[in-house]
Amino acid sequence: MGDPRSYQTESIVIKQTKLGEFDKIITFYTPEFGKLKAVAKGACRPVSKLGGNVEPLTYNLMLLAKGRNLDIVTQSQTIDAFLALKSDLWRMACGLYILELIDSFTMEKSENRPLFDLLLDTLHQLCQADSTELVLRYFELHLLHYLGYRPQLRRCVMCNSPLKPVVNFFSSSQGGVLCPYCNSKESRHGEPFASCHSEHVSQRPEQSEGEEFYRAHDRPGEAISLKSSYPLSVNALKILRLWQDCDYTTARRVKVKSELSSELEQVLQGYIVYLLQQKVKSVAWLEELKKPLDNHGRGD
Amino acid sequence: MRKFVSLAKPVARLAEEFNKLPGIGPKNAQRLTYYLLRSPDEEAKALAEAIWALKEKIKLCSVCFNITDQDTCSICQDKERDHSKICVVEKPSDILPLERTGKYNGVYHVLHGTISPAQGVAAEQLKVKELLYRLQDGSVTEVIVATNPNLEGETTAMYLQRIIMPLGIRISRLARGLPFGADLEYADDVTLGQALDHRQEF
Repeated sequence: MGDPRSYQTESIVIKQTKLGEFDKIITFYTPEFGKLKAVAKGACRPVSKLGGNVEPLTYNLMLLAKGRNLDIVTQSQTIDAFLALKSDLWRMACGLYILELIDSFTMEKSENRPLFDLLLDTLHQLCQADSTELVLRYFELHLLHYLGYRPQLRRCVMCNSPLKPVVNFFSSSQGGVLCPYCNSKESRHGEPFASCHSEHVSQRPEQSEGEEFYRAHDRPGEAISLKSSYPLSVNALKILRLWQDCDYTTARRVKVKSELSSELEQVLQGYIVYLLQQKVKSVAWLEELKKPLDNHGRGD
Repeated sequence: MRKFVSLAKPVARLAEEFNKLPGIGPKNAQRLTYYLLRSPDEEAKALAEAIWALKEKIKLCSVCFNITDQDTCSICQDKERDHSKICVVEKPSDILPLERTGKYNGVYHVLHGTISPAQGVAAEQLKVKELLYRLQDGSVTEVIVATNPNLEGETTAMYLQRIIMPLGIRISRLARGLPFGADLEYADDVTLGQALDHRQEF
């Protein structure tokens, strides 16, 4: 199949870092090879042919040459630059957030076609004028699914009994919903996830039950709160169940009140932070944009 | 540390310091060290003084946060310049190319970075508050945003637009289009689209 030293692939650029004076290392997600890194030579030059074609948040067709260490981008043509997304502060922040999630959850060279499709689909969704925060929730839920962390929402993850329409609990450490009975049992036991992460966890006696603090090795001083279970209302559970098995078009039809929306956000992001064991940095920026400058809020 | 262990102590010390600089490996560091060892005393002294003067004398302009050796930089002191226009740039080195065009007669404001959510850099870490402070007295009529046309620069520009617009001050940003010497065939869609949108009549 052509020249074995070079190959062509679709890609969505995740991030880029500068290399020397004029070159860039770009990280991108491809349908065939998963996440890859390559050098874009001369991308910082003003008249570069690559320049704008390797910016993050663009969907490209790339031709790469195999290199000894990193591959080299020889050509890149933009298929979709997601202009609508880039011309709006809020939507761009959403875009950057999902790129950060993809980057932190995936390993290099591990192929995951459905994840690529989800990413592309989500970026298209964010380009639509009426897109809301729920796109992010849908993305998070399905991202978890394709990565093998699909939350169990039908039965209690401890006792396997069907969930009753009462306020249940979402447990990040168990990766699913706990019935009220099992949840109370869990929190009485204290550290539910201590067995798998015992070397990282330091329980502080002054903290309330069920809430633990994790201190990352590589970031001394930055302690993040890892709450292990969140109450999950009946409506929130229904929405999560619905979204888990439907496409964007159906998901968009659901009207979600802002309280419910922030409940979903809390649960899903809590689970994500638990899995990554680090903060998702772009969240702070999304939060900042959510704070009202009243008349000049998001979306305009 | 262990790299230069067999050398005489002062030589090893300097080599280690050179080694910390970007782009200088242990071999380069040694070569520079031996070069200085052989060079005349004045030359070595001049280098040492120049390095120290850089750290000692340079500070940030109290108005625009450009680098300067005085309290306010020469641009902010210049009475001939139009102080009602502020051009916002990412870093001090961005001022130089803008000055070289000879087309801009206003003053500057250096943000010292861009909003970069993925790196956790938010607006508070930049000199945004200081910019808003400069806009308070009403003497400024236009803010020109000259951040780089990439994702972070764009985010910063849109953020500035969001907070400056309500103040009733004109806010504009550098045009995007094709650079001199470029080739249409290889231009990216974003740039070409912008070039079409903002085309100029002859």
